[in-house]
Amino acid sequence: MLKEYKTVSRIYGPLMLVESVEGAKYGHIVDIEIADGTIRHGQILQVEKDKVLVQVFEGTEGINVNDSTVRFLGKPMELALSPEILGRVFDGIGKPKDDGPAIIAEKKLNINGNPINPYARDFPNEFIQTGISTIDGLNPLVRGQKLPVFSGAGLPHDDIAAQLARQATVLGEGQTFAVVFAAMGITFEAAQFFIDDLTNTGAIERSVMFINLANDPAIERIATPRVALTAAEYLAFEMDMHVLVILNDMTNYCEALREISAARKEVPGRRGYPGYLYTDLATIYERAGRIKGRNGSITMVPVLTMPEDDKTHPVPDLTGYITEGQIILSRPLHRKAISPPVDVLPSLSRLKDKGIGEGKTREDHADLYNQLYAAYARGKEAQELATILGEAALSEEDRNYMTFANKFEERYISQGYYDNRTIEQTLDLGWELLSMFENVELKRIDEELIARYMPRFRDKK
Amino acid sequence: MSELSKGTIIKVAGPVVVAEGMVGARMYDVVRVGGDNLIGEIVELRGDLASIQVYEDTVGVGPGEEVVNTGAPLSVELGPGLISSIYDGIQRPLDQLVAAQGDHILRGSDIPGLKRDVKWLFKPVIENGTKVSHGDFIGEVQESTLVLHKIMVPAGVSGTVEGLNEGEYTVEETIGAIVADDGSRTELKLMQKWPVRQGRTSKRRLAPNEILVTGQRVIDAFFPLGKGGTACVPGPFGTGKTVVQHQLAKWVDADVIVYVGCGERGNEMTDVLLEFPELVDPHSGEPLMKRVVMIANTSDMPVAAREASVYTGITMAEYFRDMGYSVAMMADSTSRWAEAMREISTRLEEMPAEEGYPAYLGARIASFYERSGRVVCAGSPERTGALSIIGAVSPPGGDLSDSVVQATLHVVKVFWSLVGRLAQQRHFPAIDWLTSYSFYKEYLAGSFEDKEQGAEFAAMVQEAMNLLEQEAELIEIVRLVGAESISANDRMALETAKSIREDFLHQNAFHKIDTYTPIEKQFDMMKVILHFHEQGLAAIENDVETADIFKLAVREDIARAKYVDYADKEKIIGITGIIDEQMKALYAPVA
Ligand SMILES: Nc1ncnc2c1ncn2[C@@H]1O[C@H](COP(=O)(O)OP(=O)(O)O)[C@@H](O)[C@H]1O
Ligand SMILES: [Mg+2]
Repeated sequence: MLKEYKTVSRIYGPLMLVESVEGAKYGHIVDIEIADGTIRHGQILQVEKDKVLVQVFEGTEGINVNDSTVRFLGKPMELALSPEILGRVFDGIGKPKDDGPAIIAEKKLNINGNPINPYARDFPNEFIQTGISTIDGLNPLVRGQKLPVFSGAGLPHDDIAAQLARQATVLGEGQTFAVVFAAMGITFEAAQFFIDDLTNTGAIERSVMFINLANDPAIERIATPRVALTAAEYLAFEMDMHVLVILNDMTNYCEALREISAARKEVPGRRGYPGYLYTDLATIYERAGRIKGRNGSITMVPVLTMPEDDKTHPVPDLTGYITEGQIILSRPLHRKAISPPVDVLPSLSRLKDKGIGEGKTREDHADLYNQLYAAYARGKEAQELATILGEAALSEEDRNYMTFANKFEERYISQGYYDNRTIEQTLDLGWELLSMFENVELKRIDEELIARYMPRFRDKK
Repeated sequence: MSELSKGTIIKVAGPVVVAEGMVGARMYDVVRVGGDNLIGEIVELRGDLASIQVYEDTVGVGPGEEVVNTGAPLSVELGPGLISSIYDGIQRPLDQLVAAQGDHILRGSDIPGLKRDVKWLFKPVIENGTKVSHGDFIGEVQESTLVLHKIMVPAGVSGTVEGLNEGEYTVEETIGAIVADDGSRTELKLMQKWPVRQGRTSKRRLAPNEILVTGQRVIDAFFPLGKGGTACVPGPFGTGKTVVQHQLAKWVDADVIVYVGCGERGNEMTDVLLEFPELVDPHSGEPLMKRVVMIANTSDMPVAAREASVYTGITMAEYFRDMGYSVAMMADSTSRWAEAMREISTRLEEMPAEEGYPAYLGARIASFYERSGRVVCAGSPERTGALSIIGAVSPPGGDLSDSVVQATLHVVKVFWSLVGRLAQQRHFPAIDWLTSYSFYKEYLAGSFEDKEQGAEFAAMVQEAMNLLEQEAELIEIVRLVGAESISANDRMALETAKSIREDFLHQNAFHKIDTYTPIEKQFDMMKVILHFHEQGLAAIENDVETADIFKLAVREDIARAKYVDYADKEKIIGITGIIDEQMKALYAPVA
């Protein structure tokens, strides 16, 4: 039975206090019918005796205390699911936004999900070829991984996310993949760019979109990633699909959370974000993964913009503490028109070691990326030294490494958004660049591998 | 216990529930909350109002529902069956939860920590009629190929043993009894319980006097961990905290490992679960999993249970210590534990201290690390046990002024500082050799069978450290005035420091040989590097150009020494001979 109340006593920020309520439960949802007859949606944040605190997803603008009716639905927020969700566009809380019909639910699932039992997880170890050298060669992505893109205002994270959605494949497998795209507070243009790109490649048929744009209600964003992941879990674990989830932009999500926290007058943590931001983000990011005995998987690419390009800002910082690595974009590289401008040194894929090597990519992969990293790090230092002291002051060795770093940026990092390199091409390119060094310098590579793959020896054979 | 008190929920705010009418409730009593019987613990009392932290998701719980006090504090079950298990923060077995509930963790499970249906072969080690008291060994169970589980007299019990027989028992079956002087009888079982927030008692504390060999070169040689000591590993994300913890769990020379994944990634626990059974203990040749207990309360699991997980872990660790074992406990990450404390504290509307943490943060951290130590265990036979704690700390933005880091540094004796700069250069373990420290260095020499060799190693390590410090100074000079302006000897020092960094400190956790380096191999590697240094200096005396010294082919052998299997011992120490030959060849022919 639905219980209705007209006892709203206070409205502040995105929150609403309802009194004299019986039987309200924490975390359940409400419908709010306002004076003009429209319905808004809310969720219970706290219940104390008969007083209920509700967050209103669409915001409280235009709601008045006297003429609103609150209906307690007696359940947590759910998403209606069926195979028909593929190819559809929804709003930030999962209502159809395109012209299509309502989804006839085959199943309704709580959008909050439940934690995956660590014992039930299967370790992600299948290499995904993205066609991007800085990822495949140096920071390989595997199925079931959560690997965010840390970007900054004006950097081309949308292009990279689109390139990933377009090119990501697991070698030697048929197509059972789907894309779930959740937009949180991004511009119409950015969202449309994505939709167009998926349409052009035909992938739109296997995609589900949840769109909350910059001018849509901010609080709705709190539900958007959860709704999207509920759809992804359904596709992955009930329909056996390999799902790539793109969450764009998580910084906007966190700001919505901060708004609620501020309205509740909670003790603020760093930069005003609530102390539970880590836990909250974890309940989103940890929904990626593989499960033993299931065919599908969820691979997640959250995109976020770092305010002032600051990696230590709470949003990238806490994200990095939860996700399995991070791809960081570099403004200097972007200025040099190197695309995708991946900042190689601070980028990391924590799961790379399980997804590469003989039988997966190639036996030389691990040693090769270690060496490329070390050489590029050395070269970057030389680049910096050269800007301080002038090139002339560099030792011959340093000059050598600087030349390497420059070539590496021009040829390895720079490839554009439509070059889809195979893993062999990426690996061979790495060897070609390293061929300017003597063997002694290549300490991170096994001698046998040098003999087998280094062009100067390979050509002799 | 008389009538269990019952109350009624009046407030639900996330993981904290307030109930009224909780007459007679005590702090830290465990309660069952609401219609779903969720597990909670009382963390604040005001009159008959009790604030309760709930270990399970509280969605769907509301005022009016019942709260039942169990009257007992949060406890763990201790007995055979712990080894190779994986538990959540309040000792629910995750493997059995999968069987009972499926792939996701649902609420309201009641599966006990120790399996009830397994029979263990129990062998008494004392005669019936023996007088015993707390901590005395009464028998043993071979729990795994690596762990001989000692069955001990529980605390608070003493008297004469009777009815003890060899046989197969479940953890709940009676294996015998103790009759006290006043005639009262206590039945003995393989299992006992202990409240997690209370340290297990021992006779007395001893100072650590030995190091725990880890096979990680930078740790053993430069910043060793004492047996029964404490260490912390702070660092920003991606610098290698978890890899260090995993490496220690794999290779540390301890009898039992308790690994607590506290508020971190699910996949990291899966990694341990899948990898450890495949790895072989270098000392016994048995699978490493046979000495490990795992606690996993990942970041997406309820936050209150995360707070408890650290206590659950340390109580189990103390229990094995009491058997006279050397136990190492890893907690990854203690910051998540502190944050869980903060979250609960916020919901209790306590007055926050720095960064929103409760004022008692420092006290809790200190008393946690104080549960480590080398001790004379309670009971007979006379024995010592050791419990070493290694805690990861995850400071926001990698900032070491963070409250949790600071509170931890007040109490721990080893500091492995992981820095982003090294991690970015892929120099792993990214332990900063200039800022890290260990108070246990003096025991390093003792870890060699040959004490003279041990003393020599300590001296070599000191020399290496001096070179690294010299390097830091020289780099500044080179930055200002260029590499050409320093002396040949300084250039040699720079080159050797680089070799120490790249050929000794750098260690690849994922390389099958490099992952673990026996202490004697560490000696040989260091010896070779420093021998090159000495011979280089001698060559410079003889007017050899540094550039020629640095180009010698033997340097490649030095660089690859870490990948040489120590079964081929001579291959490493033999490099010293090659160094001599190649250096001599550079000398100008005597006129
Ligand atoms: N000793 C090591 N050898 C090789 N790689 C390492 C080592 N330590 C860390 N790494 C690399 O760094 C990554 C991050 O390490 P991790 O321990 O997960 O960091 P943290 O726990 O500090 O966030 C790992 O995935 C691995 O690629
Ligand atoms: Mg970690």
